Amino acid sequence: MSDIHANSVAFVRTEEVPTAPPPSNAAGPAKWIKDNLFATPLNGLLTLVALYFIYAILSSALPWILGGIWNAPSLSACRDILDGASAACFAVLTERWNQLLFGFQYPDDQYWRPGLAFILLFIAAAPVLFFDLPRKLLAFTALYPFIAYYLLWGGTIFVPILALVGVAGGFMVYQRLVAGSFAAGFFGGIAAAFAIWYIGGLLIPDNASENAALSAVPSRYMGGFMLNMMLGVTCVSLSVPIGIALALGRQSSMPLIKWICVIFIEFIRGVPLITLLFVANVMLAYFFPPGSGVDLFLRVVIMITMFSAAYIAEVIRGGLAALPKGQYEAADSLGLDYAQAMRLIILPQALKISIPGIVNVAVGLFKDTTLVSVISMFDMIGMIRGPILASTEWNGVYWELFGFAALLFFVVCYGISQYSQWLERRLATDHR
Amino acid sequence: MTTLTDPPRESFNLSMLINDTRYRSTTFQVLAFILLSLSVGYLYSNLAANLQAQGLRIDFSFLGAPAGYDINQRLIEYTSQSTNARAAIVGILNTLLVAFLACLMATIFGVLAGVLRLSKNWLVSKIMAFYVEIFRNIPVLIWILIIYGIMTVVLPGPREFRGDNPTSTMLLDLFAFTNRGVYIPAPVWGPGSMVVVATFIASVIGVIGYRRYATKLLYDTGRLLPMGWPSLAIFFVPTLLMFFLMGMPIGLDVPALKGFNFQGGIKIGAPLIAIWFALSIYTGAFIAENVRAGIQAVSRGQTEAASALGLRSGRVMSLVVLPQALRVIIPPLISQYLNITKNSSLAILVGYADVTATLGGITLNQTGRAIECVVLMMLFYLTISLLISAVMNVYNKSVALKER
Repeated sequence: MSDIHANSVAFVRTEEVPTAPPPSNAAGPAKWIKDNLFATPLNGLLTLVALYFIYAILSSALPWILGGIWNAPSLSACRDILDGASAACFAVLTERWNQLLFGFQYPDDQYWRPGLAFILLFIAAAPVLFFDLPRKLLAFTALYPFIAYYLLWGGTIFVPILALVGVAGGFMVYQRLVAGSFAAGFFGGIAAAFAIWYIGGLLIPDNASENAALSAVPSRYMGGFMLNMMLGVTCVSLSVPIGIALALGRQSSMPLIKWICVIFIEFIRGVPLITLLFVANVMLAYFFPPGSGVDLFLRVVIMITMFSAAYIAEVIRGGLAALPKGQYEAADSLGLDYAQAMRLIILPQALKISIPGIVNVAVGLFKDTTLVSVISMFDMIGMIRGPILASTEWNGVYWELFGFAALLFFVVCYGISQYSQWLERRLATDHR
Repeated sequence: MTTLTDPPRESFNLSMLINDTRYRSTTFQVLAFILLSLSVGYLYSNLAANLQAQGLRIDFSFLGAPAGYDINQRLIEYTSQSTNARAAIVGILNTLLVAFLACLMATIFGVLAGVLRLSKNWLVSKIMAFYVEIFRNIPVLIWILIIYGIMTVVLPGPREFRGDNPTSTMLLDLFAFTNRGVYIPAPVWGPGSMVVVATFIASVIGVIGYRRYATKLLYDTGRLLPMGWPSLAIFFVPTLLMFFLMGMPIGLDVPALKGFNFQGGIKIGAPLIAIWFALSIYTGAFIAENVRAGIQAVSRGQTEAASALGLRSGRVMSLVVLPQALRVIIPPLISQYLNITKNSSLAILVGYADVTATLGGITLNQTGRAIECVVLMMLFYLTISLLISAVMNVYNKSVALKER
């Protein structure tokens, strides 16, 4: 055939022509810009508007930030240095750094204690957050609440040790009895822990905290970002188990239990957190035995925990409802009782589905810890609005302080939500 | 012949209360009831003992006593001699006002940002993603304080509008943005203005009627009447005609500087604007995510099928995508509205007199009736949220997929 063509056609190409590169407007950055920024006239207009918007913000914000003064004793001194130029006075951050982080009453020479507790928090949280780490690290997580309590509040070391012994004793009783029935183990464990705490409480001498290794710091001295962290971490970790119990209770076939849970959840979800904080501030003290004097921090922790437990319960209820009915039936047909079925079959799956929701609640709760500034606790926002903005040196420095608070909260909350997305991908075991 | 006999009756013993499923749930409920009564009784006895010790008792008569404080922002008549109950009602109305305004504006922000985030324009969608992340991850409290700061620190004071060469001027000579609030013109209803208003309402009904008729005609006969221009004409022409026929009865009361402050017009106080704007822009970020999720939940095939039928892209959106997306968008949207209502309680931070600031703030502090005030405040918020969830349930029922 080719012979014939060789005679009838003037030219036959024998080698392949190398592919030519696409024209410059159909590839590379030019094409990307055309497709993504100037696809249609309207689109082009939008791009120009957006560019102008970015320019307007950056042209005023960048000089303000970059020209900021980091070293000045007061706002007037800072204005003198600036000499009429418009720039930030970040000096307030360096000057009041410790107040922003620890509040204005925490003893100066003890700042290393909350700092150490904060660093240890990462080690304690790591095995909970990342499943690949060795499981033995969980032992440290279990110890962390007692260590952190001792570091932050100080006083006699017997209190955290007694608490730890109580929990350990309760756990041992639970292990002993759980083979018989879960309820027996659970309530037996709680009873044992309380018995140990009660007996131990009688043994600790009253003046034990007077010359303790770490001086005692009352909780009204806690403040700044530390208070936000303490409230956030404590309330979230306490509210997850309570939320699980409430969610299971709401699903229960026993009408009384179900209605107690429904009324609790709907009541808490129906009122703003600030009214619950008012309850903690002015009303809750009436419900404790006369003269018990439960401090404000504990009252606030109780109310915020109730608040987030109700929201977490709703998230977990969603997870429970999303499980196919076959899972419940399969557990029943294996002869598992209620506690076993929940612990081994239902909850592991339901919790997995609920993780993104729980993390959302946690982020929301962490943001809401700023509300305690309304009931005159000196958290970060309370510090800014109270002692710092009211001082003669720094009266009038709004943007630097609020900008710093915003940045700090953004870093934490954005970090948590990124973690949640990573976890969701990680836990996706269904091969779709 | 054999007789059937009953199986031997088991005698009842105590362990059956726990181990027999027939009795177990009753046992647990009785236990729970006893525990509940014990703890309620314990709390109540503590409460009674504490109240006794302080010589207090639960008493709502303080609501009838004069409040003794002033409220700047109010929708109904109120003086410092009015009762505490009236102060609470002023607060409730203020809460509802700011919640309503913020819901409206948050929806606008949210829909805009949600749709623009799906834009094919890379820059615009990135800016919107930035907006959503920034506002979702920073506490609303900080936003309220920042916006209140902008209102009070950056905006000029009224005296800067004075003199021959003022440093600030009014926008269009109608609006004045000052650090005390925004002054806008107020309408003045002259004689005959009711006729104009009636004409306006009638033309709104006319527009709806015309569009209904046109749709019916389209479905019945296939004839397509023009929609846009006739609607606009019906909307504007009769009202404008009537306005001039009656001799322009509706005027504007423009705010003007008198002495050291603006007089006339309507004053929207800086606290109201701060809380309104902060709640809208914060919740708008959440609504944007809901809107985006809703639109993405409509499968691509629906859009493609609609364009295969020859619908233009605007109609694809309005006839096919939106009706399906709304089913996904509206339930979370309503719970965002609920959040706005609850977050409006933060108004107390900037001194806006909502129910938390009047009943739960000043009244509580002046009368010392902590329990009564907090309980009343909670009841109010509970009622609102139960109402909103009732609305949501009705809506969910009405849009639930009608399955075979």
